[in-house]
Amino acid sequence: MKIIISNSSDEPIYEQISRQIKEMIIKGELEEGEILPSIRGLAKDLQISVITTKRAYEELEREGFIETVPGKGSFVAMQNKELMKEKKLKIIEEKLAEIVRESKMLGIGYEEIADMLKILFEEE
Amino acid sequence: MLEVINLTKNFGNFKLDNVSFKLEPGYIMGFIGPNGAGKSTTIKLIMNLLKKDSGEIRIFGKDHIKHEKEIKDRIGFVYDESFFYEDLSINQMKNIIAPFYSRWDNKKFDQYIKEFNLDPHQKIKKLSKGMKMKFSLALALSHNADLIIMDEPTSGLDPVFRREVLDILYDVIQDEGKSIFFSTHITTDLEKIADYITFINNGKIVFSKPKDEILETYGIVKGDNSLLDTDTRKEFIGLRVTKVGFEGLTDNPQKFRRKFGDSIIIEKPTLEDIMVYSVRSERL
Repeated sequence: MKIIISNSSDEPIYEQISRQIKEMIIKGELEEGEILPSIRGLAKDLQISVITTKRAYEELEREGFIETVPGKGSFVAMQNKELMKEKKLKIIEEKLAEIVRESKMLGIGYEEIADMLKILFEEE
Repeated sequence: MLEVINLTKNFGNFKLDNVSFKLEPGYIMGFIGPNGAGKSTTIKLIMNLLKKDSGEIRIFGKDHIKHEKEIKDRIGFVYDESFFYEDLSINQMKNIIAPFYSRWDNKKFDQYIKEFNLDPHQKIKKLSKGMKMKFSLALALSHNADLIIMDEPTSGLDPVFRREVLDILYDVIQDEGKSIFFSTHITTDLEKIADYITFINNGKIVFSKPKDEILETYGIVKGDNSLLDTDTRKEFIGLRVTKVGFEGLTDNPQKFRRKFGDSIIIEKPTLEDIMVYSVRSERL
């Protein structure tokens, strides 16, 4: 598992952690049932406070990505396939929304974007 | 774990005034403030090295004087002044201190002495300030204490060893039943490790809150002097104005953003910024 935090980022540290773990789960790099580092161990490794890692894990728990068993640790939760699909679509939707905004700003129309997307898809 | 309620001590020229804060098991609290703010006095009162005028101190849920002996058995204490016999060696001094603790762990002590590169046969008067601090730390960490209390533990130490100390403190709190309370004016150490920050100034607690919450609340606002009118000035906790612009601390950066938009810069403060601006405004 790889987590890199930046102290100079505007994104709060707990969010940086929860976002990165979330991404790893969605991409399947972390599998269902896999054990996560302990809250206290992770605080030591990242040289941040226990409260911060705790908050990150609580966030992930609330959103259903991980489960914490008292005395045993935190695990990647069983993921609902449909929900997962939805989450993946959401990521793409956000990125596309950004492209739409940018296109409008630059005065590029839907047809052109659609063509471009089609070409890119076929090339990959 | 450690609870201080309305603690007051009057010295005439200085008064520790109604100090209250609480530390839960499993966390680290940093105790900050300028010199003479009352940090050492508070710690001495907690350790019952000074008699309080009024208020309550509860450690492990018990009164700190009524149960002093059993409480101190479970506290690892690091003090900023050396209270050792200068003519004894490290090991001789250790042999005097060890019997006071029911859970003394000699193996652990030897391990720390080795880790800290100390010679157990060296006389204490021959030790540098940093080495004495290391020795104190080794003593405090070698009797399985549940609460570590330290007064300026990192002040005489170089950055490399300070990092090592932080690592050792992280090791201590891997056990969620243990807590650490330490005073310091080196706030960069706390920016990493502390869960809670208690800030004392002029004998009074300014705040005692989770560090993340503090750093998310405050902001440093920078901008052109033409933006400063009397009302705006009042919004700052502390303000520094020079010929080329102003820089000030606020606990409501959003308000400034709404009022001035992009004509100002808002940055995240450090604990040091918060401390310095708060103390300055008090002295105005």
